[in-house]
Amino acid sequence: MNSFKGFVIKELYHIFRDRRTMLILFGMPVVQLILFGFAIRNEVNNAYIAVLDLSKDDVSEAIVNKLLSSGYFRLAEYIESEERIEAVFRRGKVKEVIIFEPQFAQRLRSEGTAHLRIVADAADPNMAKLLVSYTTAITNGYAQELGQRASIVVVPEVKLLYNPELKSVYMFVPGLVALILMLVSALMTSITITREKELGTMEILLVSPLRPFQIIAGKVLPYLLLSLINVLSVLALARFLFGVPFRGSFLLFMVESLLFILTALSLGIMISTVSKTQQAAMMISLGGLMLPTILLSGFVFPVENMPVPLQVISHIIPARWFVVIARGIMLKGTGLDYLWKETLVLAGMATLLLSISVRKFNERLQ
Amino acid sequence: MSAVQAEALRKTFGNVTAVEDLSFAIEHGELFGCIGPDGAGKTTLFRMLTSLLVPDAGSATVMGCDTVRDYKQLRRRIGYMPGRFSLYQDLTIEENLAFFASIFGTTVEKNYEMIADIYRQIEPFKKRRAGQLSGGMKQKLALSCALIHKPDILFLDEPTTGVDAVSRREFWEMLRRLKEGGMTIVVSTPYMDEAGKCDRIALMQKGHILGIDTPDNITGSYARPLLDMRGADVYRLILALREFPHTHSVFAFGESVHYTDSRSSADPEALAVFLRSRGFANITIEPIRASVEDSFMELLEQHDG
Repeated sequence: MNSFKGFVIKELYHIFRDRRTMLILFGMPVVQLILFGFAIRNEVNNAYIAVLDLSKDDVSEAIVNKLLSSGYFRLAEYIESEERIEAVFRRGKVKEVIIFEPQFAQRLRSEGTAHLRIVADAADPNMAKLLVSYTTAITNGYAQELGQRASIVVVPEVKLLYNPELKSVYMFVPGLVALILMLVSALMTSITITREKELGTMEILLVSPLRPFQIIAGKVLPYLLLSLINVLSVLALARFLFGVPFRGSFLLFMVESLLFILTALSLGIMISTVSKTQQAAMMISLGGLMLPTILLSGFVFPVENMPVPLQVISHIIPARWFVVIARGIMLKGTGLDYLWKETLVLAGMATLLLSISVRKFNERLQ
Repeated sequence: MSAVQAEALRKTFGNVTAVEDLSFAIEHGELFGCIGPDGAGKTTLFRMLTSLLVPDAGSATVMGCDTVRDYKQLRRRIGYMPGRFSLYQDLTIEENLAFFASIFGTTVEKNYEMIADIYRQIEPFKKRRAGQLSGGMKQKLALSCALIHKPDILFLDEPTTGVDAVSRREFWEMLRRLKEGGMTIVVSTPYMDEAGKCDRIALMQKGHILGIDTPDNITGSYARPLLDMRGADVYRLILALREFPHTHSVFAFGESVHYTDSRSSADPEALAVFLRSRGFANITIEPIRASVEDSFMELLEQHDG
């Protein structure tokens, strides 16, 4: 039996015999997808609103009906004075108050412009922004129905929606693939290598004729294969559980995933070269890789909204590039002609990190 | 050329000198023991000889290969059993063995006769995971794994630590048979009573070799008169003996006390009288031959003095 094959077989035994490893490898992606898909939603669903209608005419009533029938809003109460607004918010249930100016319909008809004020509970700023933009979109839609001469001025400034279909799960899936790959590849590789150090088996591997790259390749290949399986299962789940579309080239997606996995595996190897225990490896992987992947990749929070220093830092986060690629391929059906830059960055990172990690891998004990 | 040739090997970790200027040679076909307590530098020495650590100064050749320059050739030729039980606990006996055979580019079948003697004893349990084996069985498996690629020389770092007395005896028996087959074996142990199983021993302490010779020569060169004393309260006995004017050294040795006299011959009668005057009634005093441990203590004293 050749030594590489023997190594991979041994590694697969480790994986399939350890319940915790199996759980992280195959249970976690499913749980994460379901968590992110169902629980953490950036979209509006049945948000409670209160209405202060100082006009009480047919147009204001029509707009309120329009909002309520959209499915995004639910009426908590009508209030009668501005003083009540704060009290309503303080009770916590109501997330947004809509205020129609007096003679709303009359002004709209005679001057062509009427004013609508939206006050949103910015305790959750993302949600507030979303509510405001939903409301604006719906009222503007109504104004257009009335004809071009009419316009309703909504007072708050509105940011462009970054999710035109208003489905957050679409946005999450590509990021989630990045997160899971980072976790499985980097965390698991760093742990499996440090485990050999901790158990003392690394000593025997090192005095064997195996070269560092053989040890690394033997360690990494099983995780590479399992990561690809994970990509497939997440995509399938996303498709059948949440109806997330896949518009682009599947082959391209898998190749890009492979690049990203290589980057993550190299990071895992690098972590294992600096940590002596499995715990240390886990802490570094979680703190040093997971958090940046979640926070700085644009996976949850759009990169464009970050302060400039963080935007700069985000450039060195591999997931940032992968998320752009994955979203492009999955949601927009973009091809390599638009994604070549990101692909190049990712390929560069993979090559650089892999060569550093092989070089840093000590063929002796420290 | 000797199987192992070390020249002024030195290794420090921070400001601790683990091994200090060691020079020695081990001959082909020899069963060589490095004997010393924890912290003597045995493991560091083994790691330097197996190319796992680079010495800070000095050099060594093993089987003609320089441990730093020719480490790639060297690694094909040595069998190494590290101090801790270093096999995969979640793999079975036969999987462990097959794995270690594979990384040396060979198979269990091809080299079976190399390990047959040892492996046959654990073969009935070959489907059992290594983590569930007894200490003695783990040790046999580890030795099989270290031998499966037919090395020219074996390095066994404290193979009998944490193993029961019967398994220890069996293990030394296995080493003796391997040696008869022509294998050069370097073994370390903290147990002084195992020294007699080796052809030659190096007594080590704090990175130094205190003495290096055959066990008989080491104990034979013990010059002082040595008395073994047994009594009820060993601790009080030691304190009392320290006040005896001709005492050279006193130390606890299991349940008895070993006493050496500063004169060229001891006087057990005078000692008995002295002890009775200190209230020790039933003390047996007996002249004995020095053991390796006695020699170790004596060499240690000379070295420190």
